[in-house]
Amino acid sequence: MRKAQQKTQPVLEIEELSISYAGRPAVSNVDLTIQPGEIVGIIGESGSGKSTLAHSILGLLPPSAAVTGKSLSLAGTNLLGAGGSAFRSVRGPGAAMVFQNPMTTFSPLHRLGDQLTELLWRETNLSKEEKRERIVAVFKQVGLSNPVGRLSNYPFELSGGMLQRVAIAAALMMRPSLLIADEPTTALDVTMEAQILHLMRELRTEAGVAVLMISHHLGVIAEICDRVVVMYAGRVVEQGSVEAIFAQPTHPYTKALFACEPALIAPGLHRMPVIDHEALRTAREGRNMA
Amino acid sequence: MTLFILRRLGLGVVILFVVALMLFSLMHMIPGDPAVVALGSRSTPEMRLAFHQMMGLDRPFYEQLGLFVGRLSVGDLGVDVWSRRPVLTMIAEVLPHTVTLALASFAWAVALGVALGCLAVLYRGRWPDWMIGLFSIGFVAVPSFVVSLYTLLLFAVTLNWLPAIGAGEMTDPLGYLKALILPSFAIGIGWVGYVSRIVRAAMIEAMNEPYVRTLQSFGVAQRRVILRYALRQSMLSVLSVIAIGFGGLLTGSVFAEIVFSRPGLGKMTYDAVITRNFPVVMGTVMVTAALYVTCMILADILAAVLDPRVKRALQ
Amino acid sequence: MSEAISTMHVATGFNERRTFRIARTLRQVLSTPLGAIGLVLVVSITLVAILAPLIAPYSPTAISVTNRLAGPSVAHWLGTDQLGRDLFTRVILGTRTAMTVALVSLAAALAAAIPLGLIAGYGPRWLDGLLVLIFDSLSSLPMIMFGLAIVVLLGPGVSTVILVIVAYSVPSYARLVRAQTLSLKARDFIRAEQVMNASSLRILFVHLLPNVVGPLLILACLDISTVITLEAGLSFLGLGVKPQVPSWGNILSDGFAVIRNTPVPVLVGSVPIILATIGFTFFGEALRDALDPKLAKEKTA
Repeated sequence: MRKAQQKTQPVLEIEELSISYAGRPAVSNVDLTIQPGEIVGIIGESGSGKSTLAHSILGLLPPSAAVTGKSLSLAGTNLLGAGGSAFRSVRGPGAAMVFQNPMTTFSPLHRLGDQLTELLWRETNLSKEEKRERIVAVFKQVGLSNPVGRLSNYPFELSGGMLQRVAIAAALMMRPSLLIADEPTTALDVTMEAQILHLMRELRTEAGVAVLMISHHLGVIAEICDRVVVMYAGRVVEQGSVEAIFAQPTHPYTKALFACEPALIAPGLHRMPVIDHEALRTAREGRNMA
Repeated sequence: MTLFILRRLGLGVVILFVVALMLFSLMHMIPGDPAVVALGSRSTPEMRLAFHQMMGLDRPFYEQLGLFVGRLSVGDLGVDVWSRRPVLTMIAEVLPHTVTLALASFAWAVALGVALGCLAVLYRGRWPDWMIGLFSIGFVAVPSFVVSLYTLLLFAVTLNWLPAIGAGEMTDPLGYLKALILPSFAIGIGWVGYVSRIVRAAMIEAMNEPYVRTLQSFGVAQRRVILRYALRQSMLSVLSVIAIGFGGLLTGSVFAEIVFSRPGLGKMTYDAVITRNFPVVMGTVMVTAALYVTCMILADILAAVLDPRVKRALQ
Repeated sequence: MSEAISTMHVATGFNERRTFRIARTLRQVLSTPLGAIGLVLVVSITLVAILAPLIAPYSPTAISVTNRLAGPSVAHWLGTDQLGRDLFTRVILGTRTAMTVALVSLAAALAAAIPLGLIAGYGPRWLDGLLVLIFDSLSSLPMIMFGLAIVVLLGPGVSTVILVIVAYSVPSYARLVRAQTLSLKARDFIRAEQVMNASSLRILFVHLLPNVVGPLLILACLDISTVITLEAGLSFLGLGVKPQVPSWGNILSDGFAVIRNTPVPVLVGSVPIILATIGFTFFGEALRDALDPKLAKEKTA
């Protein structure tokens, strides 16, 4: 049933979304569409609103956040102005999220097996044993060693990289249409980051899951994304395919972002490039970007 | 883990030693014959002589202390001035009553306190939360002996539902339980407000933890998140606070035993004070201190067991 | 010489700021409903305690055997006790007893705790360790038991009650002073090296006391309710003030003896204790929130 829907409907459709906290805008007038099986990246600095945007998809923002816009639909369900129960029905099968800090994602007082079984609360027709089997299967899928043993581990017994794999496994377990990854590798070292990214590429190929990857690191986006959306000060300033944007950035902010990327700076002693926010603001007001 | 327990025990022993030291010093700091100080001016010369011999009052201070500690370690708490019965035997007779009372009060306080705290969090910001908050603050203000008096007044005197005097016999469990209800409720209710506030605050703090967001992002019901995850997390801080409050339970039990005429450590101490029976008082204070310290150690161990991170760190 | 002048400047400047701060703190306390209730109760109780002999209609020891255990009436607003004494009078004068005992013992406790805390924080490590051990031991005992031990040695009476309260309160105050001293010692360590030894002590007083006064005041305020309860409790046991001297605890214990005849004395004796406890607790908490807004924000979260 889902395969047929995937052919016709985008997994995520956001139109003119704005989010503000007590009058201060965090996200302004954002349009974003994700097709099934796509890996879309959102890049921006801290404070650009990318995390807020990601959290709003599943309704995880605090009650003080005001969300307005034309539409916010996930797997066909419109969630704009929706209450808790509407979000609850899409959390998991609609979209599942992987958070930035794997060490705090899980409760330190419960075993991982028990916690993941808890997350399968919807599957009332499955016995506890069947749920454990599903968890073990998905652990294997993400490349965790000793999957059965992991069930009785506590979170503090695992490294950051392993815990992030568990988090990805938990998300996959829900068989979501969309996997939202909020800076999943920021808290990990480079080798672990490479492994996680490799895993995500494989999962897209194997499971056909669409991925929304949030990052502030160009390298990560370049690694696995098909399309990239550049956000600055709560707005989308540029979007397009990764090849196009990386080859020819048009917006001054995107250009500045590339200029600041350490890997792209020629070796040698010279002044570090800095993003000139004042100039960008006047440029934006001048251009009157929506 | 054993090292941890041993260290706590060691600290407990040191504390008991300091308590004994303080009592001893007090006895000697007051001008006059320590026997007269301890036993009062109405004590007979024989009693004073017996006291002298028991405490070794002619010897230097540190020798007396050593004597006392030595006797303590073999369980000799001295003898009652009037009846010459060993204090330890007297305490052993009444101790079960006090311990049952304290445990029953503890059960009331924890059961009601946790329930009310959870209710307050589940209905946070709405009127049940408000009401429970008011009730909690109100009850903290009422001293335990006043609560005992009110309970006695309401349930025993006015309504005549439950017995007001004595503890009954242990051989008659039903009667014993009936006599236990009012005093334990009176002591416990003074703590319900305190416990429920702690539980509520700890759970709200637990709800701010990142893993709560994870659970919510998978659609887990809020009620379950609160009761299964936040509650477990909050139990850690709740337990350490409750353990400290256990002393308050012992305090409350002293008054409750007097108000309800129950036999127990508190009542025995009180009677001993009235009759200037110093060895008994000394004995009960030491036993109470030992009980208190034991509770602290148990609470620490319990906290270690409940938090697997601490448990692993200790092994 | 110049140092003397500069400390004087600091003192006067500080005093001016302090009076402004007091007004502002009071206003903040009044802004919350609980704080307002607390302040009203505290002020009323203090007034009653001060004006007691003027307000009391009868003498507290006026016995009237014919009029025993009378219920409330126009002549006796709260009735009479088992010796015919007017309960209203005894309650009013009991307020004075409670407040006097509380203030005297708190003053004594502070007088003992501040130097002890300073010594613990500023003195040699072994002394600090010893003092901390004594503090922990004292606070690890239920106060009533240790109180009873003191009573059996000293005999009942007001001075014993005060001593028990002091023994109970000193550890927590001393710990507070010690904590402040320790943090200040770390901070002023460098400066103390540059200045003569004597004035480093003076700096400690000029800087330490203002920092410590606030938290101590709050602690003392919250403690007053416990202290009043302790005095009432000991008097209730007959181990506190003499039976003729009016005390809420005395009224309660007399009432307890006749509880099966009439509930009035018990109620009459207990309500003031509850009001005092509520008043000082609310006031103390509102004061704490007013003086440290950071803590207040965390509480309302």
